[in-house]
Amino acid sequence: MRVILRRLGVYAFTAWVTITVNFILPRLMPGNPFDQIAAKLTGVVTAQELQAIKIQLGGDINQPMIEQYWHYLNQLAHFNLGVSITLSSPVSTILAGQIWWTVGLIGVAAVLSFLIGTVLGVVFGWMRGSRADNVIPVATFLQSVPYYFLGTVLIMAFASHWHFFPLENAYDLSITPGWHWDFISSLLRHSELPILSIVLSSLAGWMLGMRNMMVTIAGEDFVLMAVAKGLPRRRVIWHAARSAILPSIANFTLAIGLLVSGSLLVEQIFNYPGVGNLILEAVGGEDYPLIQGIFLLITFTVLGASFLADILYYVLDPRIRTATAH
Amino acid sequence: MRSLQIPKSPKVISGVVILGVFIVLTVIGPWIAPYSPNTNRFSTSQMPSWHHLLGTTLLGQDVFSQLLVGCRETMVVGFVAGFIATVLSIVVGLAAGYIGGKTDEGLSLLSNVFLAIPGLPLMIVINSYLPPGKQANPLVIGVVISLTGWAWGARVLRAQTMSLRDRDFVEAARIIGESRRRIMFGEIGPNLLPVLASSLLFTILYAVGLFTTLAFLGLTPLSTWNWGTMLYWSNTQNAAIAGQWWWVGPPGIAIALVGTSLALINFGIDEFINPRLRAGGLSARQRRKVGMSRRPHLGFTPVRRVSATKPTGSN
Repeated sequence: MRVILRRLGVYAFTAWVTITVNFILPRLMPGNPFDQIAAKLTGVVTAQELQAIKIQLGGDINQPMIEQYWHYLNQLAHFNLGVSITLSSPVSTILAGQIWWTVGLIGVAAVLSFLIGTVLGVVFGWMRGSRADNVIPVATFLQSVPYYFLGTVLIMAFASHWHFFPLENAYDLSITPGWHWDFISSLLRHSELPILSIVLSSLAGWMLGMRNMMVTIAGEDFVLMAVAKGLPRRRVIWHAARSAILPSIANFTLAIGLLVSGSLLVEQIFNYPGVGNLILEAVGGEDYPLIQGIFLLITFTVLGASFLADILYYVLDPRIRTATAH
Repeated sequence: MRSLQIPKSPKVISGVVILGVFIVLTVIGPWIAPYSPNTNRFSTSQMPSWHHLLGTTLLGQDVFSQLLVGCRETMVVGFVAGFIATVLSIVVGLAAGYIGGKTDEGLSLLSNVFLAIPGLPLMIVINSYLPPGKQANPLVIGVVISLTGWAWGARVLRAQTMSLRDRDFVEAARIIGESRRRIMFGEIGPNLLPVLASSLLFTILYAVGLFTTLAFLGLTPLSTWNWGTMLYWSNTQNAAIAGQWWWVGPPGIAIALVGTSLALINFGIDEFINPRLRAGGLSARQRRKVGMSRRPHLGFTPVRRVSATKPTGSN
């Protein structure tokens, strides 16, 4: 339990750093961003909202820094992320409407890619030294292809040229969203190609890591023992795979960050609704409150996912439960 | 076993060759480009031909010239960011691993924080606040990328340092009264080289990826050329939907090839660090050459037979 609490502490600290970075950045940069956008806002939002944005971006220099910080934290605690400049509605409301698209798309893709990649890694690890090793350079190439580029290529081939899949959007815009089959099937059809591109580009990482761990673990005495006992091959593989999977889970934090970053662009390529699409609009429109809100949301989501992975690791690896430090 | 050494592995050789080609292009690319990347006096959206090896864009620019010119910025930013980040990770990783105690706690916490914050959104936020003058310089972006990308290397180096710290030869150096700096850089340092090289390659890979992604989003200056900028233009002008593969393909494949070459070299280093991975790299023909008749199976370290007798038994 101590280990879990320790990790929780690290994540809490990281969350605090993220929040503080968000606070300091606009104040650190030369040329107050507030001055640049103040003109844009006049008449768009109420005076009260303007004041809120001003405080958020460090425009109110009359207040001492520590008081601004306190105010900022207080606002955050009430989920008040300010008002979007371009969409002129509260950032938290906008995000609440968009986050589910992103969580759905990336969540499904991440789980699929982890499962398929891990299974393939086990298989190729077992088959090392055979022709199956030729998969390594292919996987390495796939791993190096940027997500958005793979997405573009898939669109070009399967949606634009052959019309196997729809080109863009999350569902056929002529269908009214609701709980009926037309909408759901359209939703699924439109998610296939984005999910395929995320899975294809993130799969190789899991696979190569798992393969290497399989090959390493396969040389351990306990696997040799299992073989010597005459256990059926499938059980030996299962025996080795259970140990080999641990580093994959331990590296989940790094992987999920890369995966989320990559997937944000896939949304953009497919014109799929969600946070990734939103962040680009926000950057384009210099919508600082929205940019900040999205950054906080993404980081917190990644932290949450990493923490879940840590708990899983704790459950799976008995050694860590008895470890004292680190 | 010369046949199993790093430089002989086909993966490493192809990695080094591909990377070498791109490094040469980084130097000579802008000089050998047939046209200026900005010139738009050619017919628009042409398929590849002898005049335009990779065709032209919607604006009538030569794609091949853009690819050659763009190589320099992409590679230089990637390598500069990779090197700076690696230096940071050496300092943090070595200090945390060797000194230990409170220093380790603090530095590990720092790297955990940087590891957990996703790089791309952080870069987008930082980038959006950079004043316009700074945004115009790709090297500034490279430096900022390096600040987000050192944590992984630091973590790996710390772990490796900790495992070396208590080895006998380090203990011996400590007993004869070597200075702490000398032990860190003279005794432990050289043993970190493979891990360090691997972390450097990984960081360059990360930096190239992040930089081209930012460029693809149009967040780097559009006045200069890199592969991400090329993809930005092809994307904003719907080249994919128009089926202009000669415009979309080359920059993306170039990015992927650079990444592949770095990863392939990394494989060689992995096999050097972890010899168990090595035998897996032998093809059937190589195995015959070194006298191993069957492929090594799970649980068995491959044995090289010197005599001609065929090994019997099953596994």
